[in-house]
Amino acid sequence: MNPLAPLGGLGRAVLSMLANFGKVGIFALDAISHIFRPPYYPREFAVALMNVGWLSLPVVGLTAIFTGGALALQIYAGGARFNAEAVVPQIVAIGMVRELGPVLVGLMIAARVTSSIAAEIATMKVTEQIDALVTLSTHPMKYLTAPRVLAALITVPLLVGIGDIIGIAGGYVVATQNLGFNAATYLQNTVNFLETKDIVSSLVKGAAFGLIAAIMGCYYGMNSGRGAQGVGRATKSSVESAAIMILAANFILTGVFFSV
Amino acid sequence: MIRMENVAKAFGDNQVLQSMSLEIPKGTSMVIIGGSGTGKSVALKCILGLIKPDSGMIYVNGKDAAKGDRDKFLARFGMLFQGAALFDSLPVWQNVSFRLLRGPLKRPAEYAREIAIEKLRRVGLKSDVADRFPSELSGGMQKRVGLARAIAAEPEIIFFDEPTTGLDPIMSGVINDLIREIVTEMGATAMTITHDMSSVRAIADNVAMLHGGVIQWTGPVSQMDASGDPYVEQFISGSAEGPIEAVR
Ligand SMILES: Nc1ncnc2c1ncn2[C@@H]1O[C@H](COP(=O)(O)OP(=O)(O)OP(=O)(O)O)[C@@H](O)[C@H]1O
Ligand SMILES: [Mg+2]
Repeated sequence: MNPLAPLGGLGRAVLSMLANFGKVGIFALDAISHIFRPPYYPREFAVALMNVGWLSLPVVGLTAIFTGGALALQIYAGGARFNAEAVVPQIVAIGMVRELGPVLVGLMIAARVTSSIAAEIATMKVTEQIDALVTLSTHPMKYLTAPRVLAALITVPLLVGIGDIIGIAGGYVVATQNLGFNAATYLQNTVNFLETKDIVSSLVKGAAFGLIAAIMGCYYGMNSGRGAQGVGRATKSSVESAAIMILAANFILTGVFFSV
Repeated sequence: MIRMENVAKAFGDNQVLQSMSLEIPKGTSMVIIGGSGTGKSVALKCILGLIKPDSGMIYVNGKDAAKGDRDKFLARFGMLFQGAALFDSLPVWQNVSFRLLRGPLKRPAEYAREIAIEKLRRVGLKSDVADRFPSELSGGMQKRVGLARAIAAEPEIIFFDEPTTGLDPIMSGVINDLIREIVTEMGATAMTITHDMSSVRAIADNVAMLHGGVIQWTGPVSQMDASGDPYVEQFISGSAEGPIEAVR
């Protein structure tokens, strides 16, 4: 065997990934452009708001509260090594708002929303429902994609905001109940320490992650292969790609907001 | 009028349509017969633009079907898919009057519902199915809902992909009569795929036999029995002996 053969495989993988990036990029631009062009489908948008936003609240709340609580415990234990236990409120706030809130909510949305969008659209594709839409003079990008993308763009930042607050509340409960912090001082420290920029970055990340989550679900759904296997593969790939792209986007956005 | 000229389509190395040419005059009913997997459904989807042919031309009323305003083009068509392709997230009546509930043809919901119930009645379904979901219906009922949806907006051109497959003989008769009626009374142009020779005789003005990616034979239904074409003869007799292989 040619010793360079694995390199060829690697090259092909990189090329196909780049090609895929291009396709996803074009799809994303197309999807976003349909949000602004009539006809609009308000009923589908309302359903998407419900599914993406409202029904994600329990998952987001539980994720945030446990994470905030664990964060308080860790910071307290770690801080105790150099007598810095008092920084719990500040670090919990910054950790939740800047990083953990947006990332964990983003990943939960990828698990919950991306997967369900991909599976739903892929099933529609393999059962010819997408073709049927077209023959009924309804553009699938407007009817299926645009409402979901817009709903995610609007609700995920709100979910992140709520996740931030609940996460901080989780830290607060642990700190005041178990670690002996004074309730009023804890809140005071949290509020004083957070800057506008922290909150803005959190919400911007939420919007970006929402966009990624919805678009990846739609993209893999629309491009699903045939049969049950096609649906399964589309769902898996959509969640994988959404999660990785959310983490990569988080790294980039953190760099944009907080380096220098 | 629909005209297909040397339409070819392959999926990978599976050459499905080789060079299909066919003409369907306006206001007539064309029935396409042919073995399973010969590309009948693919041919209909090519006309609708759901599948892009590799080569060849398709004209609808003399205009190139691949060019021009897609919305206007599709507004003239109704299509019953082989698998019904109902929207499983919507109740039956909203499936049937889909076009009337959104977009440019939007009408009040009560009106759309009335139309849906009227169309359901025409395909032999009672009004109580209107509020059920597609997954709660039998295969044959789903097929008929699909049919009701295809005819709901009274299109000029209607494609029926196996409209009577999965129906009992009585219901098949009802559907055959309905398709015939749509052509004769509403003046629609119909293209129907079926494997049921009694449907062919009930529905067709003209018949075309698709085999090997080309139209083997086409002519008026009255000449079908005396076609002299070995493919058509084998198809009518249902014999395993003949030019069409039984294993495909
Ligand atoms: N989207 C697709 N991708 C790949 N192959 C396809 C696709 N659609 C159809 N085919 C192939 O094209 C061929 C013809 O399919 P088609 O559905 O048109 O058959 P048909 O004549 O309608 O058969 P039947 O009477 O069983 O419905 C089959 O071999 C099928 O596997
Ligand atoms: Mg077919």
